[in-house]
Amino acid sequence: MQHYSGFGLLKHSLSHHENWQRVWRNPTPKKKYDVIIIGGGGHGLATAYYLAKEHGITNVAVIEKGHLGGGNACRNTTIVRSNYLWDESAALYEHSMQLWEGLAQELNYNVMFSQRGVYHTCHTLQDMRANERLVAANRLQGIDNEMVDAEQLQKEIPTLDCSKNSRYPILGASVQRRAGNARHDAVAWGYARAADALGVDLIQSCEVVDLEVNDGKVTGVKTKQYGVIKADRVGCAVAGNSGVLAKMAGFELPVESHPLQALVSEPIKPFLDTVVMSNHVHGYMSQSDKGDLVIGAGIDGWVGYGQRGSYGIIEHTIQAIVELFPCTSRVRMNRQWGGIVDACPDASPIISETPVKNLFFNCGWGTGGFKGTPGSGHLFAHTLANGKAHPIAEPFSIKRFHDGALIDEHGAAGVAH
Amino acid sequence: MLHIYCPHCAEYREEEEFHAAGQAHIVRPLDPDACTDKEWGEYLFFRKNPRGLHHELWVHSAGCRKFFNMTRDTQTYEIKEIYKIGEKPSVVDSSVPQEIASGAAS
Ligand SMILES: Cc1cc2nc3c(=O)[nH]c(=O)nc-3n(C[C@H](O)[C@H](O)[C@H](O)COP(=O)(O)OP(=O)(O)OC[C@H]3O[C@@H](n4cnc5c(N)ncnc54)[C@H](O)[C@@H]3O)c2cc1C
Ligand SMILES: [Zn+2]
Repeated sequence: MQHYSGFGLLKHSLSHHENWQRVWRNPTPKKKYDVIIIGGGGHGLATAYYLAKEHGITNVAVIEKGHLGGGNACRNTTIVRSNYLWDESAALYEHSMQLWEGLAQELNYNVMFSQRGVYHTCHTLQDMRANERLVAANRLQGIDNEMVDAEQLQKEIPTLDCSKNSRYPILGASVQRRAGNARHDAVAWGYARAADALGVDLIQSCEVVDLEVNDGKVTGVKTKQYGVIKADRVGCAVAGNSGVLAKMAGFELPVESHPLQALVSEPIKPFLDTVVMSNHVHGYMSQSDKGDLVIGAGIDGWVGYGQRGSYGIIEHTIQAIVELFPCTSRVRMNRQWGGIVDACPDASPIISETPVKNLFFNCGWGTGGFKGTPGSGHLFAHTLANGKAHPIAEPFSIKRFHDGALIDEHGAAGVAH
Repeated sequence: MLHIYCPHCAEYREEEEFHAAGQAHIVRPLDPDACTDKEWGEYLFFRKNPRGLHHELWVHSAGCRKFFNMTRDTQTYEIKEIYKIGEKPSVVDSSVPQEIASGAAS
């Protein structure tokens, strides 16, 4: 793998940047792999990387029906934080957060991880209580999170309307200062490049249309382009399409797929150097390095696989943003899109064995799995290498929907992030 | 934006007047105490989540507040039919066994 550095940039400028090595190979698949990972989003690629790096399993293929990172990996609003409520979630998201903190060095790829802080504004007493409880829980878990009052908040974010004049005046906010965002594409590309360098085959434009299951055991995947490819173990990380893959394997999941929308404005001068999120007026916003305002919404409530949602959601979201930041009322919006998010009833993900032997699922990350990308990949690799879950992943088994040990994160999951 | 026909109001209205209430025809176990944890968990949480035809429950929440069923394609979002509670769908996925597709009327 060609090492990226400032010096390299300088050196390549002398040859007009015409001699950069290809970032990854484009191999034809072998007949058989130790592990096949279905889905070349952030989670699938991270899984492949850690399988090779931490477990020495390099006879691995990632099979992606489109191009790498073309699903939710490139559609999300990139919020990364670890201030969830329950100990199980705290362990999971903090595990991921700590990997984020060293990720650019680890991958030798600038993932533009920016710990610019994430605020949750509170507009009612219930909001205040819920956030104070969250802060207290996080403190006990050793995770940074603090409350600020409206006056302090106004000082920290001058453009936010913290006055008493708004329809739902802001009473205060919780803020995780280590939280922030990252460059979504770079995360997928960085993992892809590093996995490829360790020998992982990244197979693009190859759709899995069926799973080969014999005697309750998966033995391979059937693809549209290359027929059957055998594998000892198969890991599924297809986000919104998890239900479709589960159907191929002959079971149902406690998951439903919904459109989740987002939009960005025209680029404007820097005016917001952090992330603000309101569960009450229901919207959130940050500003990208290009200058566009990145705005996120809640899900469309019906099942949908179309990567687009309804206009009503956009209208409500923009109302919320204008309520929070009245100065944005005349900013024009540039683009709007949707992704398919696979949501669990308890707003927590699934990293789990399944009713089919040697077949494992990593899904249900719903509206908030971008932040989980490194941790999810790291833990799922452990599951695939050992055939059983890492202690941090154990509570996230599908079994919890049978024994009732749900991990209810509806409060902390908030709007959708 | 979906444009939805309410069979009770006998009118087309905008999606915002409605609320999607999830998969239709889920039958509550007659004797919950007799269920295993697995059966009860599956009743509560496990869903078909199909890419394609979906039979789903809607409520005209900002209108007459009555429930009804809809068959909709979750890929194209096309609404195939609206039918009342207690009725069976007439548009069904031929690859799905009939008794599952129509279920018990609920
Ligand atoms: C609008 C929006 C905003 C979001 N904002 C945030 C946020 O701020 N913070 C946050 O933490 N999370 C956020 N999320 C959620 C986050 O994007 C997802 O949870 C996460 O990206 C899912 O993991 P992934 O990257 O691996 O998924 P994906 O990138 O969707 O990867 C799944 C891949 O599987 C492939 N696939 C599917 N079926 C098959 C098949 N049959 N054969 C082969 N390949 C297949 C797909 O093509 C896709 O590339 C947001 C999501 C959306 C849509
Ligand atoms: Zn009505």
